[in-house]
Amino acid sequence: MQKRVMEEDFRKGEGRPQLLHLIPNERDWMVKEVGGGGKCFGVSKEKKLELRLGLPGGEDWSAVNDKREEHPVEPALSLGHYSKVSKTTGSNPSSVGAKRGFLDTVESKTEVFQQQQQHQPGFLQLQAKGKELSQKTNGRAEQQSLEKKASGSPVAHGSAAAPCGDAAGANNSSQTSRTATTPVVGWPPIRSFRRNLASTSKPSLESWNGGSETAVKFENGRKGLFVKINMDGIPIGRKVDLKAYDSYEKLALAVDELFQGLLAAQRDPLTAGIQKNPEEKQAITGLLDGSGEYTLVYEDDEGDTMLVGDVPWGMFVSTAKRLRVLKSSELSATSLGAVSRKRTAT
Amino acid sequence: MTYFPEEVVERIFDFLATHRDRNAVSTVCKTWYRVERLSRRSVFVGNCYAVRPERVVARYPRLRSLTVKGKPHFADFNLVPHDWGGFALPWIEAAARGCPGLEELRLKRMIVFDESLELLARSFPNFKVLVLISCEGFSTDGLAAIATYCRVLRELDLQENEMEDRGPQWLSCFPDSCTSLVSLNFACLKGEVNAVSLERLVARCPNLRTLRLNRAVSVDTLSKILARAPHLVDLGTGSFTIDHRAEAYHKLINNFIKCKSLRSLSGFWDATPRCLPAVYPICGNLTGLNLSYAPAIQGADLIKLIRQCSKLQRLWVLDCIGDKGLAVVANTCKELQELRVFPSDVYGEGIAAVTEEGLVAVSSGCPKLISLLYFCHQMTNAALITVAKNCPQFTRFRLCILDPGKPDPVTNQPLDEGFGAIVQSCKDLRRLSLSGHLTDQVFLYIGMYAERLEMLSIAFAGDSDKGMVYVLNGCKNLRKLEIRDSPFGDAALLEDVGKYETMRSLWMSSCDVTLGGCKTLAAKMPRLNVEVINEMDESDELEENPSDLHRVEKMYVYRTVAGPRNDAPDFVWTL
Repeated sequence: MQKRVMEEDFRKGEGRPQLLHLIPNERDWMVKEVGGGGKCFGVSKEKKLELRLGLPGGEDWSAVNDKREEHPVEPALSLGHYSKVSKTTGSNPSSVGAKRGFLDTVESKTEVFQQQQQHQPGFLQLQAKGKELSQKTNGRAEQQSLEKKASGSPVAHGSAAAPCGDAAGANNSSQTSRTATTPVVGWPPIRSFRRNLASTSKPSLESWNGGSETAVKFENGRKGLFVKINMDGIPIGRKVDLKAYDSYEKLALAVDELFQGLLAAQRDPLTAGIQKNPEEKQAITGLLDGSGEYTLVYEDDEGDTMLVGDVPWGMFVSTAKRLRVLKSSELSATSLGAVSRKRTAT
Repeated sequence: MTYFPEEVVERIFDFLATHRDRNAVSTVCKTWYRVERLSRRSVFVGNCYAVRPERVVARYPRLRSLTVKGKPHFADFNLVPHDWGGFALPWIEAAARGCPGLEELRLKRMIVFDESLELLARSFPNFKVLVLISCEGFSTDGLAAIATYCRVLRELDLQENEMEDRGPQWLSCFPDSCTSLVSLNFACLKGEVNAVSLERLVARCPNLRTLRLNRAVSVDTLSKILARAPHLVDLGTGSFTIDHRAEAYHKLINNFIKCKSLRSLSGFWDATPRCLPAVYPICGNLTGLNLSYAPAIQGADLIKLIRQCSKLQRLWVLDCIGDKGLAVVANTCKELQELRVFPSDVYGEGIAAVTEEGLVAVSSGCPKLISLLYFCHQMTNAALITVAKNCPQFTRFRLCILDPGKPDPVTNQPLDEGFGAIVQSCKDLRRLSLSGHLTDQVFLYIGMYAERLEMLSIAFAGDSDKGMVYVLNGCKNLRKLEIRDSPFGDAALLEDVGKYETMRSLWMSSCDVTLGGCKTLAAKMPRLNVEVINEMDESDELEENPSDLHRVEKMYVYRTVAGPRNDAPDFVWTL
C-alpha cells in the first residue's frame, strides 16, 4: 500500500530530485523515459542523494543547476575537451575551428535529436568503411558531411557534425590511421590467448566454407599447405597452396593459370616480356583426365607417383608432397607403372 | 549474547554467509573475536600484499578454504610486468605450518612455482580443491605432484593459466585409487595428454561432473569419454573437428544424446559449422554455452544453434554473431543472465560485426540480463539510454568500444549521457567499464548515481582532475579503481587521501600523476603502499633520483597492514 502511494508521488514528481535536471533541457525526452519507466526505486533513496552531494569545491546544487541553464546544450567541460583534442593533434587551427564550430552545433543538435526521435535510427548505415562519420538522411547534414569530406583537413567549416566531427574527426583521422600503425599496448582489453585466436584462424575460413570436410588436423590448415610444382620443359618451378582450393577442378584451373604465361614464353621467346595477349596463350586443359597435352601427377608421402584425381580430395591434400605437370606422352613410360601398382593395391 | 556458551555463539555464526558479516561480528568484543576466529573456515584475501600470510594463518588456525589474489587486474592485458610479484609460496608455506587442515586453495593472478605445488600437495592430507586462475610460473610437473599426493582431490580447476608443458605424464600420475574427482579442467594446457590415461581416469571417477579438455584432445577421445561419463554436467570439448560424413560423427551424436545431465558446453576449438549439429540434441537443456574459441562459426550457423537453446543463462560468443544473431538471442534466450561478446577482428578494419543495435535487441528481449561484457566498434548515447531503461537490473556492465575515445557516431557527442543513464538506472551496479569518447561529465554522473559501484575501469577518458575527484567523492562503495591513459594528475590523486584506505586498490598508468605526487601520498598515508613501477627500457632520464616533476608511468596504490613488501623487484619502488 505504502509503496503504491510512494510510486504515485514519484510519478507526480514530488519525490523527484533536482538531480535529473542536470540533464540539459533539450534532452527532456531522456528524462521522461527514465522517470516514466514506472519503476520505483524508492523515494527515500533519491532524497538521500540530494543531501549527499559532494561536488568538489563544495558547490551546492543550485550553483550546479544554474550552470546547466547557462549552457543548455553542452557543459563548459566539453570545450575543455576540444582544446585537449587539439593539444593531442598539435594543430592550432583545429582548436580555433573547433570552438567556432561549437556554436554551430548548438543549432544543429536539436535537429539531430529530433531526427533521432522521429526515425528509427538506421544503425547499419553507420558502418561505413574507414569509420567515416555518416549522417542521417537529411539534406543539410549530408551536404555538410560532403563538404567535410571535400575539405579533407581538420579545420572546421561550420558544418553540423563536422566541428565535433573534426575535433573528433581529427581524433578520428588519427584513429583510422591508428589501425594502420602499431596498436595501443594492452588495448583492447582482452587476454592474449584471445588475440591470437582470431588472427590465426582467419585465412583458412574461405577454404572451410562450402569446402569438403577433411579429416586433416586443422593445425595444418591454418598455415596453408604449399607444395612445389614443376612443369615439364619449364626450368623454374612454382609453389601452390593446396589449402586454397577445395576441389581438383579448382586446382587444375590454378595450375593452368600459373603456367600458361610461362609456357607461351617458352614457345616463343620473342614475345616474352611483352604485354600479355590473352588470345595467343593456350589454355592448359585436360590435366586430370589424360585428354590434354599435359597431365597432372603428384608424389605422395610414400614416394609413389600418383595421378591427381585418383583419391578423395581430402586424402590428396594430406598426402601430396609435390606436384608435377608431365607431358601426357611421357606418362606411360615410367610413372604409370607405379600408378597402376598403387591402384591395385588399394 | 555474551551469556551464551561459546559453542552456541559459534553455531549462530555458522549462519553468517558472507565474509563481510563474519568480519563484522569479529569486531564486536573479545569473546566474539575469539569465537569467530577459531570457527572461521573460509578466508578471502583480495590483495596478497594487504596482509602477511603468517598473520592470516595465526588468526585462523582452523582454516579450510583460502582464496588469495595477486596482481592487479590490468595484468591481464600485459600492463603489469610479469615479475612484479604475487608469489604463492609464502602463503602455501604459512598454511603448511599453521593450517594443516587446509582443504581448498584458490589463487588468482599469482606466481605459482612447481615447488609451491609440490609443497602444497605434500602438506595437506585432506586437500580437496585447487583452483588456479590466470596464474603462471608452474608446469605440468607441478600438476604431477598434485595428482600424485592429493589422495582425496575433488577439484583441479585450471583457468587461463600460463603454464609450461613438460609432457603428458602428469595425468597418469593420478593413482588408480583416485576415484574422488568431481571437477577437472585443464583447458588452458597447451600440450598433449595421454588419451588412455584420461579415459581411465574418467571411467573410475563416478562423481565427475565437470570436465574441460584442452585443444589437444581429439574428438575421438571426447566421444569415448562421453560414452563413459554420460552424467557430466559441464563439458569443455577439445578440438572439435570431425568429418561429418564419417561414422565417428554419428557415434559422437549418439554419445551426446546420452548426456542427459549436460548443462554447460565450452571449448569448440577449431569447430566448423558442419560439426555443430552434433550438439543439437542437448541444446535444449543448456544453461551455459561458450563459443568464443570458434571463429570459424559465423552468424548463420550460430543462429541455427542458438535457436535451440531456449534455456540459456550464460552465453559467450564472438562478435561474428552479428546484430542479427543477437536479435535471435533476444528472441530465444529469455533466461539469459550473462552475455559476453568478444572481438574476432581486433586490428583489422573489417566489417563491424556487432553494433549498438545488437545490444539494444538483447536488452529488450532478455529481462533477466544482469551481466554484460560487450566489445563493439561503435555505440550511441541513444542506444545506451534505451539499454538502461530496458535493463535496470545490471550488476556488471562492461562496454568496450574498440576504437579508444570514439564518440557517438550519429551525434558526434561523447558518451557521457549514455553511461550516465546506465549508472542512474542500474541501482545495483557493482562493476563498470567505460570506453569511447568521455568527458568529466560522465564521472560526475558516476559519482552521483553509482552508489553500489565497487569496481570501475577507465581508459582514455576525462578532461581534467575533476573527473577523478567526482568518482572518489561520490562512490562510497568503491573498492577497486583502475585508470589508464587519462588526464588525471596529482591534484586529483591527493584530493582525498583518506579515501584509499576504504578501497582495496588504485591503479593509474599513463596518466598525469608525478613522482612528487606519489611521494606526497605515501608520506601522508603510512598504511598505504604506493608503488611506482618503472620499466626502464628506453627512457634514460629515469635513472637514479629522477625529478619529482617526472610523470609516473605506472602507479599501484593499495591499503595494507603488512607494510612495504620485501619481495618487490628492482623496478618497483615502494615510496
